[in-house]
Amino acid sequence: MSSQDIPEENLPAEQGGTHVPKPADEKNPFADPGLPPHEHRIQDIDERAAKRSERTVALLFTVSMLATIGFIASFVAIPHDKSIYVWPLGHINAMNLALGLTLGVALFTIGAGAVHWARTLMSDEEVADERHPIEASPEVRAKVHADFKQGAKESVIGRRKLIRNTMLGALTLVPLSGVVLLRDLGPLPGTKLRHTLWSKGKLLVNMNTNEPMRPSDIAVGSLTFAKPEGLEEHDHGFQNEIAKAALMIIRLEPEAIKDKRELEWSHEGIVAYSKICTHVGCPISLYEQQTHHALCPCHQSTFDLADGARVIFGPAGHALPQLRIGVNDEGYLEALSDFEEPVGPAFWERG
Amino acid sequence: MKKLSARRRHPLAALVVLLLALACTGGLYAAFAPADKAQADETAQSLAIEEGKKLYAVGCASCHGTGGQGTTDGPSLVGVGAAAVDFQVGTGRMPAQQPGAQVPRKKVIYSQAEIDQLAAYVASLGAGPAVPSEEKYGPEGADTAKGGELFRTNCAQCHNFTGKGGALTHGKYAPTLEDVDPKHIYEAMQTGPQNMPSFPDTTLSEQNKKDIIAYLDAVNGDDTVDPGGLSLGGLGPVSEGLFGWIFGLGACIAVAVWVAARTAKAKKS
Repeated sequence: MSSQDIPEENLPAEQGGTHVPKPADEKNPFADPGLPPHEHRIQDIDERAAKRSERTVALLFTVSMLATIGFIASFVAIPHDKSIYVWPLGHINAMNLALGLTLGVALFTIGAGAVHWARTLMSDEEVADERHPIEASPEVRAKVHADFKQGAKESVIGRRKLIRNTMLGALTLVPLSGVVLLRDLGPLPGTKLRHTLWSKGKLLVNMNTNEPMRPSDIAVGSLTFAKPEGLEEHDHGFQNEIAKAALMIIRLEPEAIKDKRELEWSHEGIVAYSKICTHVGCPISLYEQQTHHALCPCHQSTFDLADGARVIFGPAGHALPQLRIGVNDEGYLEALSDFEEPVGPAFWERG
Repeated sequence: MKKLSARRRHPLAALVVLLLALACTGGLYAAFAPADKAQADETAQSLAIEEGKKLYAVGCASCHGTGGQGTTDGPSLVGVGAAAVDFQVGTGRMPAQQPGAQVPRKKVIYSQAEIDQLAAYVASLGAGPAVPSEEKYGPEGADTAKGGELFRTNCAQCHNFTGKGGALTHGKYAPTLEDVDPKHIYEAMQTGPQNMPSFPDTTLSEQNKKDIIAYLDAVNGDDTVDPGGLSLGGLGPVSEGLFGWIFGLGACIAVAVWVAARTAKAKKS
């Protein structure tokens, strides 16, 4: 090669085509250095090296084929519940491991083969493609304008005003059908967000045992989750209803309750709060029995359940709604009304 | 000693030795005398309470008060029951090393016999949950699937879906449930140690507790199979995302840089 003993940047471009270096002049104060000279790869010069590269690429593609066959074979041959111990992964499902490894190898070797092919065998001649102005030539523009005028004249739109006006009317009205279809996104929520399944006389049912609860069942410092009586887990719409009605039942020493209304709405220190965070509606039940704080796992809103579930930290906007509870004639805990305010996150019309 | 040996020939020395020997024999007899058969159990129990009281006076009284009534440094132990003592002392949480947000699990310093004596003493202060027997937390008759449901309803909010633990407010945390004795898990649910709420049998039945323990053994036991391997702490999307971004994307970048950094030209510049 001729350029071996001369520093590269001092060489003129070997094959610039139309692109030749321009020296600086008054209009262009910066000299255009042109393109660096093209360098050859071993594979361009040495046919044996090129053959070697070809074999490498072919080998990679072959490995990929074998890995794909291995993938299919492991899917067929390995029992799906077989587990093996592999350090450092631990006890792992053998089939998952085999599928992952074979598919990984199959995909990686295709990529590696393609990269090697492009780098060593595909042409790597640099080609300069000059930019052109995007503006059309004056002749083309004049012709387009003339064609447009001609077309407008021939369509008689300027003369037949009735056609023009009715067409504009039709085009204006057509999008309305799309707007009307948006109505089908409803039905509107109505007052659904303001009501839950709780109402006067509904028993508090323990979600663990599915039984109504007596005050004596609930110890100070304990935590229980309750649902309204009549709501069963396999009911249609259970999730929608429990998402609003879920209750957190705790018991405090009555003298530990700082909020007057909380005390009034409780029964012998048993208080029932909505389990739905007032920030974005996560189920909130990280209850600390010594501090009486409930923490929301999503954004760390913290509520003081001994003080009307006041927000003491975090992004929640208002206290957790409390359910008024009492005891019925048979001694079971019951709701005395629905929640007085909407449960869960605030919404536009909440007020 | 010199003073003592100088008086060994004192006329009253023999009398003193005699009295000492008598007191010793009497004391030993009192301690080891076989009790009446009818009272044997009660006596063993009261002996355990006696021994427990002594251990209590040394190890616990400075914070919980001489009679378990509690002080500003430690809560009252009246009515906490033997289960609470077995949990707190059996997991090494008590005696506490220092006050703080939360008393951590650490090396157990009492033998099980001593723990039983302490538990007997504290149980004598007021009625409370007893230490559960093995059939209550053993795997027989447990429904693992139901246990998973109950765990996700009652426990997972703090302890993570598979009991890996998690953070609470102001430095408190829900500890991991890995390698925790089933008996201690049962006692924790029953008594609600520290800031954990309790789940008494009236709201979470004995069978429910057994199911939860069986579930924990299924997801956290020694031979639990992790289908994907490399659970990354079992913390879910946080650690998995971090791993993906750092190691997955990092490997892609490293390969790309390596490919681009090596020139294919014959002349290396």
